[in-house]
Amino acid sequence: MAISKILVANRGEIARRVFRTCREMEIATVAVYSDPDVGEPHALEADEAVRLPGATPGETYLNAKAVIDAAIATEADAIHPGYGFLSENADFARMVAEAGLTWIGPPPDAIEVMGSKIASKQLMSEADVPTLPSIELAGLSARKSAAMSIGYPILVKASAGGGGKGMRIVKDPDDLLNAIEAAKREAAGAFGDDTLFLEKYLSAARHIEIQVFADTHGNVVSLFERECSIQRRHQKIIEESPSVALDDRSRKEMGKTAIVAAKAVDYVGAGTVEFLFQDGSFFFLEMNTRLQVEHPVTEMVTGLDLVRLQIEVAQGSPLPPEALSPEMRGHAIEARLYAEDPLNEFLPVTGTMHRFAFSDQTDGLRVDSGIENGSEVSVHYDPMLAKVIASGSTRQEAIGRLATALRGAHIHGPKTNRDLLVRVVESEQFADGETDTHFLDRHDIEKLAAPLLNEEEERLAAIAAALADQAERRRLSNVLGTIPSGWRNSGSQPQRSSYTGPQGEHDIRYTMSGNLTAIDGQQDFDLISCTPHEVEFTVDEIHYHFEVARYGQIRFVDSDLGSTRLDLQSRFPKASTDEAVGSLHAPMPGKVIRVDVMEGDIVKAGQVLLVLEAMKMEHAIKAPLAGRITEINCQAEDQVEADLVLVVVSEE
Amino acid sequence: MEVLGTKIDPRSEEYQENRAAMEAKLAEFEALMEQARQGGGEKYIQRHRDRGKLLARERIELLIDQDSPFLELSTLAAWGTDKRLGANVVTGIGVVEGVECAILAHDPTSQAGSMNRYSVAKTLRIMDIARENRLPLINLVESGGADLPDQAEVFIVGGKWFRNLTQLSKMGIPTVAIVFGSSTAGGAYFPALCDYAVMVKERAKVFLGGPPLVKMATGEESTDEELGGAEMHSKVSGLSDYFAQDEHEAIRMGRDIVSHFNWRKQGYGPTKDPDEPIHDVDDLLGVIPTDLRVPFDMREILGRTVDGSRFEEYKTVYGTSILTGWASIHGFQIGVVANQQGVIFSEEANKATEFIQLCNRHDTPIIFIHNTTGYMVGKDYEQRGIIKDGAKMVNAVANSEVPHITLMAGVSYGAGNYGMSGRSYDPRFVFGYPTHKVAVMGPKQLAGVMSIIARQGAEARGEEFDEKADEARRTAIEAQIEEEEQAYFSTARVRDDGLIDPRDTRHVLGIALSAAHSGPVEGTDRFGVFRM
Repeated sequence: MAISKILVANRGEIARRVFRTCREMEIATVAVYSDPDVGEPHALEADEAVRLPGATPGETYLNAKAVIDAAIATEADAIHPGYGFLSENADFARMVAEAGLTWIGPPPDAIEVMGSKIASKQLMSEADVPTLPSIELAGLSARKSAAMSIGYPILVKASAGGGGKGMRIVKDPDDLLNAIEAAKREAAGAFGDDTLFLEKYLSAARHIEIQVFADTHGNVVSLFERECSIQRRHQKIIEESPSVALDDRSRKEMGKTAIVAAKAVDYVGAGTVEFLFQDGSFFFLEMNTRLQVEHPVTEMVTGLDLVRLQIEVAQGSPLPPEALSPEMRGHAIEARLYAEDPLNEFLPVTGTMHRFAFSDQTDGLRVDSGIENGSEVSVHYDPMLAKVIASGSTRQEAIGRLATALRGAHIHGPKTNRDLLVRVVESEQFADGETDTHFLDRHDIEKLAAPLLNEEEERLAAIAAALADQAERRRLSNVLGTIPSGWRNSGSQPQRSSYTGPQGEHDIRYTMSGNLTAIDGQQDFDLISCTPHEVEFTVDEIHYHFEVARYGQIRFVDSDLGSTRLDLQSRFPKASTDEAVGSLHAPMPGKVIRVDVMEGDIVKAGQVLLVLEAMKMEHAIKAPLAGRITEINCQAEDQVEADLVLVVVSEE
Repeated sequence: MEVLGTKIDPRSEEYQENRAAMEAKLAEFEALMEQARQGGGEKYIQRHRDRGKLLARERIELLIDQDSPFLELSTLAAWGTDKRLGANVVTGIGVVEGVECAILAHDPTSQAGSMNRYSVAKTLRIMDIARENRLPLINLVESGGADLPDQAEVFIVGGKWFRNLTQLSKMGIPTVAIVFGSSTAGGAYFPALCDYAVMVKERAKVFLGGPPLVKMATGEESTDEELGGAEMHSKVSGLSDYFAQDEHEAIRMGRDIVSHFNWRKQGYGPTKDPDEPIHDVDDLLGVIPTDLRVPFDMREILGRTVDGSRFEEYKTVYGTSILTGWASIHGFQIGVVANQQGVIFSEEANKATEFIQLCNRHDTPIIFIHNTTGYMVGKDYEQRGIIKDGAKMVNAVANSEVPHITLMAGVSYGAGNYGMSGRSYDPRFVFGYPTHKVAVMGPKQLAGVMSIIARQGAEARGEEFDEKADEARRTAIEAQIEEEEQAYFSTARVRDDGLIDPRDTRHVLGIALSAAHSGPVEGTDRFGVFRM
């Protein structure tokens, strides 16, 4: 039966991705959006959008009833779950069907089986799919012997787990019990299910997965592999196809195995069978019963539209010939751009994304993003901003294009992992295909996530910012705007602008006189052009081109070298007072009635310290912060002058 | 509108000679400017810095908007005198928070910023500029007070600045004093007579008499801080309105003060396309002849000064020894009156008189460019009424109410200086090239005239004329006049607002015109009785 209107029970880039195919297929679209997502691109792009009141995922994108109600209210006839949220929730899939809607996804039973790591492994070994030796944890006593039978190192894993939660690596038998306890607690907290199992741990394995596709006519195909070895905190950040580790034979073998796996659960639709690959052997890890985040790399090497195939299969159509005998062309790599700080344990960061743009000059580039200029990156959802996918006829070409696109991207907002991504794909090891799931662990993250611009280059960016700011001030000047910048009849002094960037402070002193612009401390500097947003110059005959954007005191300077954020410092630094922080002054002349504290006392913020009488009124002097009393300059009955420091509270 | 061409041939011998001579002159000029910028010299600058203080020009640089232009005035005051070059004070026009302001900064490294006759002249002049052009006046104060040995030339004349400050205030022209250091005795009235006073903590000292004087006068023991510290004036006397922790904060406060003036200029502002001249300004160096007796074509200066080199000439073929016409500089409409051939004849005087009236009808500021040896003399000219015609021109110039800006480009002798809105006619600004000359007449003529009169006197008394003594006297007088007519002599005495590099002409005039537009730009139709 034909689908005419699809509700996407998701947000961000994947919702937009599904809408794009829907538009091409002339299928009407419905978005759902939470309160923080009002006005976000996915909500605006759909033909209709339904509000899911609330902010937390539980209230909104995980709220099965609300999502189905939205589909019914908008007369949608199918639901696409995207990835994450309700996509692997068998109950939801059943509810969708019960509501008379088409579920664009695999059968609920397949979801259910594959949702359990233990059950799926069991099923797979029965179907002769290679799995890692593993044992479900039963009684306490069994633990040590179970571990011994597998052999160390061992991975303690939660059966319901994902995303690295409830997972522990154990190298030393003595650590086993502690690891189990910790994993149990974590699993119980995260999934409400503390079932654990032990699995052989591979220390240098690649993560290679096979994209499979099945229709309702008994066809199951493999759309080749994706290697997703580069991970941080057990989450993929770089994915590519094909994998350098596979040859035709192993590719065929893994594909066949993946098909076996899919058939074992009567799979329908798009699915991914994940394997660990080491020394030519591969082991079933799990099957993801949904469209993967990294599906674009498969699309780019096969030329197929996986969302279109999903919809067609859901409509009951057989897979088209190009999917039944797929071909692989060239190479594609995806990088996941996150709003996060790699140097601070990859913690997510939030804020306004003023500008988010990639050059349209790069061939073979695809950017699937959930945000646009002005979007808020909020605390509520996954901090993934976009997937940047580059393809090329060779892996090298794809790497080059990806790095170029990332370097040159205008990302004006919260900190991202961009520089890390560029450094990874440009690393020698990556070029050599030496990738495994511990790639990041093996590298010094300080170096790998270091700003793309070194100190010298960042200074050049600061020079560009100073000159662009200069041009902007001249443009905005309401008087004498046509007189040359910084013109003097009595000898020029350099103008001065200071910026703080990741590499430190840059004090730029520039002198513009006639056609000559000089930068203090910069030999062989030649300014070619300068506007408020673009600066071009040469240093030692090397040509530089910078683009400068300003948001209040913040500057984003973009170039082919990379980008940097610079903070403009005030011309008038705050006067340093030699007075201690937390000094409390007498608000007016008066008499001290009582002093409630003594030197050395610990006080709370807001606590009354002393009382002053002035103009027949009593004024309570309160602690501005929690801390210790380090100074008292008055006592009861004292007559004090206005502004006298009465008492000093120092932060502990 | 016609675009001016150029007849300059940079390869010609004449051009090369002119250029070489001008470059030598400008090198000398630059060296003097540099010397003036050094204020009190290395030692005192270092001492000042060691105290954690900013130099006068650094204070100005921080006060004005970043990247905005600054026109310094009378930089070479006190040249050739026993006082320090620059006269211990820096003045100029700069943009503060988008407002063009007159700025005065004492230079405490130079004789402790004390005020001699030239400092007083510079101070009074910047106050006049503030008043005539309606520019807020910002004073960056740190002065040791009157240069006591020069008190005879300072005391009476200098008292005028007290009056000026309060009159500016009365006119609604805001005045600000930012006190960075000593401002005592007479200087104490600076913050007191300004609308706003900012004082820097532990630096500003504002009192009528210091501790020794108080001790002498009343026997009272006191400290600097008690008598006039910033903290005392901020908390007790109320003389200080803004209490700054340091110099940077004081300057920021000064900028904040200006930003709340809610300032609107009253002139009609630029109305024309401010495109650059099409001719290379650098060629100006070869335009002005080494021998100022050789006239030069003012169109060559205009073609490198006015917008797009466009010039609409008035009366092209009448009275050709004066060039008149309309143009614009940095978008500001102007009328131009420029001497073409030195001598002013009746036709020229009448042409200029008409033109000045027309500029007044159209509220158009006038730029006067001097290269005149004065009004024509001789039987024929006297009988045809050259005095009456010259008087008409003087009448028109004297009573014209549009802003005048005077540029001393060549020589300026005799009544020609008056007719061309010389300094005594209160033009808004007077600028000169370092090569210009100004006197009642040329040194040779003056010496010759004196010689003839002496000879006639001797003859009348029946004495024998001492040719030898006459020769010596002529040489001496010529030398004296040559000294006095040179540009540095008059700029030393603040008879202009500064000497400029000819290549800066366009921007200097542009800033001056913009300043003039801070006040209303309106002409008049009332003049004195014109003799016909």
